[in-house]
Amino acid sequence: MKTGTLVLAVALLAYPFVLYDHFYWDIGVGLLLAAISASAWNIVGGYAGQVSVGHAMFFGIGAYVPLLVFNLWQLPPIAGAPLAVALSLVLAVVIGLPTFRLRGHYFSMATIAVAELIRIFIGTWDFVGAAIGLQGPAVGRGWWDLTFRSELPYYYIFLVVLAVLLYVTRAVEKSRFGYYLRAIKAGERAARSLGVPVQQTKLKALLLSAVFTSIAGSLYSIKTGFIDPESGFGILISVQMVIVAALGGAGTLYGPLVGALILVPAQTATNTWFGGGGSGLTYILYGGIILVLARFEPGGLHELWQRLAPRLRRTPRAA
Amino acid sequence: MWGSKDNAGANAMLLLQVIVGGLLLGAIYALFSSGLTLIWGMMNFINFAHGEFVMLGMYVALLVVTWLAGGPATFGVAAAFALFVLGVVVYLSLVRHVMRGPMLAQILSTFGLALLLRYTAFWIFSANFVSLPQTSLSGTVNLGGILMPVAQLVAGLVAVSLTVALHLLLTRTAVGSRLLAVAEDRNAAMLMGIRPDRMQALAWGLSAASAGIAGALMATAYPWSPSVGETFGLTAFVVVALGGFGSVPGALYAGLIIGLIQALSAYWFGPIYKDIVVYGLFAALLWLRPQGLMGKA
Repeated sequence: MKTGTLVLAVALLAYPFVLYDHFYWDIGVGLLLAAISASAWNIVGGYAGQVSVGHAMFFGIGAYVPLLVFNLWQLPPIAGAPLAVALSLVLAVVIGLPTFRLRGHYFSMATIAVAELIRIFIGTWDFVGAAIGLQGPAVGRGWWDLTFRSELPYYYIFLVVLAVLLYVTRAVEKSRFGYYLRAIKAGERAARSLGVPVQQTKLKALLLSAVFTSIAGSLYSIKTGFIDPESGFGILISVQMVIVAALGGAGTLYGPLVGALILVPAQTATNTWFGGGGSGLTYILYGGIILVLARFEPGGLHELWQRLAPRLRRTPRAA
Repeated sequence: MWGSKDNAGANAMLLLQVIVGGLLLGAIYALFSSGLTLIWGMMNFINFAHGEFVMLGMYVALLVVTWLAGGPATFGVAAAFALFVLGVVVYLSLVRHVMRGPMLAQILSTFGLALLLRYTAFWIFSANFVSLPQTSLSGTVNLGGILMPVAQLVAGLVAVSLTVALHLLLTRTAVGSRLLAVAEDRNAAMLMGIRPDRMQALAWGLSAASAGIAGALMATAYPWSPSVGETFGLTAFVVVALGGFGSVPGALYAGLIIGLIQALSAYWFGPIYKDIVVYGLFAALLWLRPQGLMGKA
């Protein structure tokens, strides 16, 4: 496993120089962003088994606040990121406290409803640009605005954030908190009877997840310099996090990254083949993948690999 | 020219019209939400594609009208039948296999189905709003001073009747007792000679059919696009959360209340606020009374 991690790290570090072209860099940046968002979702959705379908609310807050502080006070957008994290934490508490008292689908429903509520509300609120959205600085006033013409700096910034997130996830995995999470996922009643502070643990997982999802949103809007209700709070933003994580394997360390490695290039390919208007087809594809996954391989590629790997032992591979 | 008294009178009439309109739409909410609550109460399973089922009912109505020149009775039955079949197929091929699996698989299965149906509809029918061509239900009727479209009136009344009928089916017939027996205790029902799989397939059929008819009814009175499924799905959640999980009468009252609240908030604050108010109410409800107004904890 150690060699696998090393190979993956080297491959991701070297990628922009192997495929030295803006087109590939752009895919790489999108891939890393999807991996960050899905890994953040993974903490509460995968490890704790509390399936949020409204994580776009944290992503959207993360995306909006940096551009908002720029528009209001001409601050560098990145200064808004900590504020966005704070807001996301408050929202996570507001949603987590009531819904985590209940089991099952409540949390999923509540997250969808709240995310939609916020999306519609933002779309009518002139202070944050209503349906039109917000723009970042057109030309960077200095390096602190983080407006680079090349994708390369973003690629490495995103890679660092992903590495930190995976490191944190790894630490969580090994900690008592991580065992609590898996116990809750396996059976809430059993976990409670064994003395796991269920509600508190779920809330902690949601808070940690919200922090990184918010950061992912900030990275997105700082990079693109533009945000509107659909690209920040749209239901498809949430869906993408779920599908990327579920494809690779929800509740596993590298699952979301593997899912992103497959899905993002595939998405780019469908968009290229079917033209720019092919976004609808992308979502038909998404729906189909999700459905088939749930029906036949709910553990994602991770579990499939675990089943197939012993059979392939005669041809050992590094990854 | 206009005296203030006339104005007040006209305003009162307008308000009354808004209230009646809201209740009639609420009746349709009640119908499709009772389908959602049936599955939920029976199997503790949430169908995230329920709103898409309503949307499909609308397009079935459109296709029957444009291709077969069928009337409201024809396309209502057609939508009910088509969606009943779809519901049974979805249960047998998908839900049955994931319902005892991990939570993620349960949620993803119907969520994936919802995306698939929604975007396939976008692809086939485009994102444009459509409405049914003239049907025998076109025109308006004067009810003691307030003008109501006939279609809206008929749709609302039929929806109430069907919701009540579903309740009677569950509580007064042998089939209903078997359905409820499976809901109560699957294993005990099995020991009594009931086949849970059949009953659950039937429940899915009934649930989807209720959504299908509701869609067909709504199609007579309101324009729609493929994206309405998402809104209706969320509306159904709110109705079920308000009415209590598994309670058809609860869905009826809650549907009427939600329809009324939507109509009034659209009237007082503007149309864009109607969903904000409803979702906000849902969030508040989760805080204050998570088991629903009529539900037991």
